[in-house]
Amino acid sequence: MPKTEKEKGFVDIINGRYKPRGVFHTIEKNQPIFDKDTGKLAGVTNPRDMTYIHSYGGEAPFFEGLGKGRLMATRCDNDKCETRGSMYQPFRIYCPDCLRKNTIIDMTDIAKTTAKIHSYIITHRSGAFNTLPKPIKFINVEFEGVVTILMSVLAVGEPEINKKVIPIFNTKAPTYTITDLRFVVEGTSKSELPEGFTF
Amino acid sequence: MIKFSDKQLKIPKLMRPVYLATVGMSKFDRAFPETRTEELCIQAFTAAADFVNMTPSELKKYIHTCYYGHFADHFGDQLLGEAVIHDRLGLDPLGNIGVKTGGATGGSAMWEAVKTVASGYSDCALALGWERMDEVPTDEGNHLISAAADKDWETPLGHIYTGYYAVMAQRYWKIFGKEEDSFRDTMAEIAVKNRGYARMNPHAQGPLKITIEDVKNSPIVAYPLRALDCCLMSVGSACGIVCDEKTAYEITDKPLRIYIAAGSHTLRVADRRNMTIPLLPNETTETYKDLGTRFPGSDRYPGFTGFLAARMAAYYTYRMAGVVDPIEDLDVIELHDAFTISDIQSYEDLGLRPYGEGRDYIESGDGYLINPHTKKQGKLPSNLSGGLIGCMHAVGATGLMQIAEIGYHIWNRWDEIHEPQEKWDAFGREKPDDWTSLQVKNAKRGLAISHAGVGSHVTTTILMDPNHLLKED
Ligand SMILES: [Zn+2]
Repeated sequence: MPKTEKEKGFVDIINGRYKPRGVFHTIEKNQPIFDKDTGKLAGVTNPRDMTYIHSYGGEAPFFEGLGKGRLMATRCDNDKCETRGSMYQPFRIYCPDCLRKNTIIDMTDIAKTTAKIHSYIITHRSGAFNTLPKPIKFINVEFEGVVTILMSVLAVGEPEINKKVIPIFNTKAPTYTITDLRFVVEGTSKSELPEGFTF
Repeated sequence: MIKFSDKQLKIPKLMRPVYLATVGMSKFDRAFPETRTEELCIQAFTAAADFVNMTPSELKKYIHTCYYGHFADHFGDQLLGEAVIHDRLGLDPLGNIGVKTGGATGGSAMWEAVKTVASGYSDCALALGWERMDEVPTDEGNHLISAAADKDWETPLGHIYTGYYAVMAQRYWKIFGKEEDSFRDTMAEIAVKNRGYARMNPHAQGPLKITIEDVKNSPIVAYPLRALDCCLMSVGSACGIVCDEKTAYEITDKPLRIYIAAGSHTLRVADRRNMTIPLLPNETTETYKDLGTRFPGSDRYPGFTGFLAARMAAYYTYRMAGVVDPIEDLDVIELHDAFTISDIQSYEDLGLRPYGEGRDYIESGDGYLINPHTKKQGKLPSNLSGGLIGCMHAVGATGLMQIAEIGYHIWNRWDEIHEPQEKWDAFGREKPDDWTSLQVKNAKRGLAISHAGVGSHVTTTILMDPNHLLKED
């Protein structure tokens, strides 16, 4: 049963501190575990329903960008860095070599024109709390000029190595998680996109 | 980092020789609904005491420091689980610490134990590992495992670790396997081999007598990987005790020399930047000059097809121990066969074959106890325990189980651990009518790797009969 608004937990930041409001856990009684063959007690269940509160910190511009249809990346612009000019997607707050703060850049157009599949896998399995439709088509996406390879999912089309793909964004009802970014194969029409997603 | 400094490439040095005195392991199974974790840990420790004809309390008198390998706290809903086990083993008030490096946890615990003895801090250290993944529903377990990936960039994508891992297998399958039926058969052969060896191991959870066709017809998990290509999920414990020379010979008249090193690579495969291949002693730049031509698409190293952490661990350990060619210098090996295809990838990281040619290690018969082509002993038999596919993958214990198994071969006592009918009976397992000894004849040197997931941590442990070292101290 999905929770009603009254049963959910929300968090704001007020005066620099997290302020939770609403319901963060419901208490459920534990149950004994018996061995059906011997009738003897073996253990107990420990039900628990928790919500984590998590800061994106310096990566927040990336996750906020997705809801606005933008793919934000970073680049090291430190003249003294031996890997200067390296562009990172996944977005890295700091350069892994010189540890100077990277410059935030908008790579939406680079993604729209150069994204292609480096590898992929299709799986019908998922773990608890999964929100993606199955089967899940995992793809790893290469972009021109980017030194890393982003993991994402293909929402429309069949994956193939080197196939061109286009990013789509959950702009209508963003979750502010990585699932707001997905890809579709080139030539996909607007009407084929998952609900809430736009190019 | 993509370029190493000379200081970073320094060959690790142990300040004094370290010896493996004894090892032990519990029964392994998918679930133990009526056994507490400490009971399994005590089973492993008691086995280690039995192995050197001591009582547990006699053996404990030698121990000075303890390293506990237990990866997934959140499965057990118990922080400081190490303190629980330490107490139940009756080892308080000795100093102890928990080690957590995913699938490499067992190897990492041993890495720490060896260094503490080498430094002189302790003359005898315990490395003991365990894992418990049976006490949550399977789908919640999948989520908990996926928490070992990046929580913001990967976990929300399906909450399924296989998805983050299998993309590497796919790339290897396409680029190096060239999607050939013959390569698919070689992958399947590994599953048949390891499950078959597991049949001779009373500790093993997944013994099966199967064919290549059975593997190829098993349900698809994530193409090209099928159910029988994948490792087990297990509960159990294993341990090893390491000492300086004097203490080792007080415990046993035949301790083994131990060398160990570790490597790492990014938690997200996404972050792996292009670099040149660090070469092992049996490779030169010539080895790889035309790799990109022979295998189009392979020009990116390590990309998705190599495990740099394993390569670096081997880079360090081979030179520490004087290994030049692992196939010639070693007699037995235990590899991290999480999936059949990643087993092949690791042949290359460890230099059993050059990058791109891993399949030949199996196809040549070198990786078998009895080479199916020559009917003679294989050059470097692998995973005679059954490995992760046939024996177990109780994460924090896996690397220690594999070190123990290599030890049994070099001690020439493999039969004693795997043959007795009483053990098969005690574990409630049926000993096969065609049980045969898998003891590697004349084994003097062996290697075990311990590997985490997509390759974030890897350790390589080399054990040697002290009368057959390759290098002077
Ligand atoms: Zn930099």
